[in-house]
Amino acid sequence: MNTQYYIKNYCKIKEARVTLNDNLVFEDDTNELKSFFKNVYKHLELKYAKFFKMDNLSKLSFLAAEYILQNVENSTDRNIAIVLSNRASSLDTDRKHQNSIQDKENYYPSPAIFVYTLPNIAIGEISIKHQLKSENAFFVFDTFNAEFLCNYARVLLDKNKAESVLCGWVDVDNDNYEGFMYLVSRKGELKHTIKELTNIYQN
Amino acid sequence: MKKIFVTYNNIVSSLGFDTVSNIENISREVSGIKRIDNEKLLREPFYSSLLDTEKLDVAFQKNGVSSEYTRLEKMMILSLQDVIKQSNIPLDAKTGFIISTTKGNVDVLDEDSKFSKERAYLSELGKQIQQFLGLQNEAVIISNACVSGIMAVSVAKRMIESKLYNHVLIVSGDVVSEFILSGFQSFQAISDAPCKPFSKNRTGINIGEAAASVLVTSNSDYLSNDAVQILGDASCNDANHISGPSRTGEGLYRSMESAFEEANIETDQVDYVSLHGTATNYNDEMEAIALNRMHLENVPVNSLKGYYGHTLGASGLLETIVGMQSLYNNILYASYGFDELGVSQSINIIKKTESKELTVFLKTASGFGGCNTAVLFKKIKNK
Repeated sequence: MNTQYYIKNYCKIKEARVTLNDNLVFEDDTNELKSFFKNVYKHLELKYAKFFKMDNLSKLSFLAAEYILQNVENSTDRNIAIVLSNRASSLDTDRKHQNSIQDKENYYPSPAIFVYTLPNIAIGEISIKHQLKSENAFFVFDTFNAEFLCNYARVLLDKNKAESVLCGWVDVDNDNYEGFMYLVSRKGELKHTIKELTNIYQN
Repeated sequence: MKKIFVTYNNIVSSLGFDTVSNIENISREVSGIKRIDNEKLLREPFYSSLLDTEKLDVAFQKNGVSSEYTRLEKMMILSLQDVIKQSNIPLDAKTGFIISTTKGNVDVLDEDSKFSKERAYLSELGKQIQQFLGLQNEAVIISNACVSGIMAVSVAKRMIESKLYNHVLIVSGDVVSEFILSGFQSFQAISDAPCKPFSKNRTGINIGEAAASVLVTSNSDYLSNDAVQILGDASCNDANHISGPSRTGEGLYRSMESAFEEANIETDQVDYVSLHGTATNYNDEMEAIALNRMHLENVPVNSLKGYYGHTLGASGLLETIVGMQSLYNNILYASYGFDELGVSQSINIIKKTESKELTVFLKTASGFGGCNTAVLFKKIKNK
């Protein structure tokens, strides 16, 4: 017998727009990543200097997580697991690190860039901000994999490894970006099923 | 809850192309780490355990393949092929497929690489291996820094628990590249000598390369002699720093706590702990603190980095396979490179290889992004 879980809130960040549960919450006139992410940050009225050190994948993940978690009461230091996924892994920053070592006459590898050549750093950034010392994992797929994410979140909840699960697809690849994040919870109205996830992802 | 096992396995490394030859070397305390002078990899000499390229190509050519594969793909294919052959597992829709890697084919980003830059996408790596071996399922790729290899075991178990699959094949691997070496060098984390985990005179990491594979299954028809049951597993974040471990070992402590709770065993039932032990100051110190918080300070522990260096996405799985051999052979393998304890809290490092009756072991790992994983394993068959 499977316990029914629910999709509590979902946030999308793409095409210079932020939507929460399909309602537009912010729209920008620039689609240039750095400016757009900065404007979203301002819209959230955050004071978090670390944000400006992050690479674009971490910024995207961090911002989407803010919209979800600011709607969760006492979200700090709760047992909220984080399960993220994407297509390009950290390639966007990998290319920057490669550029810094490609030319042997102009060789300048930097730890501040290299540390972001791992996609799970984005999970680390969210964990630090919200003090989530919980289950976490980063997966790479060719496309958004509703079946896998749905099953994985369900097992974490079934086995009491977490009280809720922050799941998502966060992809940054050169000028392209797409963020989709949602919270899987034990209570709610929208059923956590592969079909529902596919629906809200595609809408 | 049904029992889930790690069974048939393979290691492709500088110490051999199957588990048996790797263990022969470890039991004779032979390390694969050597001084490397190769300016294409790093401008100054460094220490690493590298696969012999010629041996790798000879082994791979037995497949009679003419099309081109990257170094990592060859290693992964050879490794997983061995597990498929040994286990005779059906390659159908109910057999899942996991790849664990930190950087995959990132070396193709180099302008001198003959491969297309598209190959750097991890899903491309997945497709190459899937197609070559005729696997039905797309790879679930875990890229979770240095815990990836052991996290893969936990994820495989959860996929079987969710009834998505009956069996899961895991292949893990990373290669030594200029990309990785230059990055760790920029952190000043690379040792200028063979690494000495937990030692007073440790001077940092050696990066190594390897591929390791296992079959994870709940079907007891597929149990190898060295098979182990997965008792409990967890991966918790430090929520402290993206490039350094928590000083209190919080995430590792919580991971161990959660794994023990699931396993429903006490810490005094653990016979051996296979630690991460990268030989950096901060990592080794953090592990000693977390072990003491868990009251595991008297249990024999080692780090296998002295034999292989840090093989990144492969390390956790490779070290799990060695741990399985420890249990099966009832032998504790020496923590190679150790001299004098160099962490602030007491832990019981295995100084020389010795026989001991073993039943349960704990594997741990920690990495960038504040990630940690702990998994408990129990022996099923006696030799």
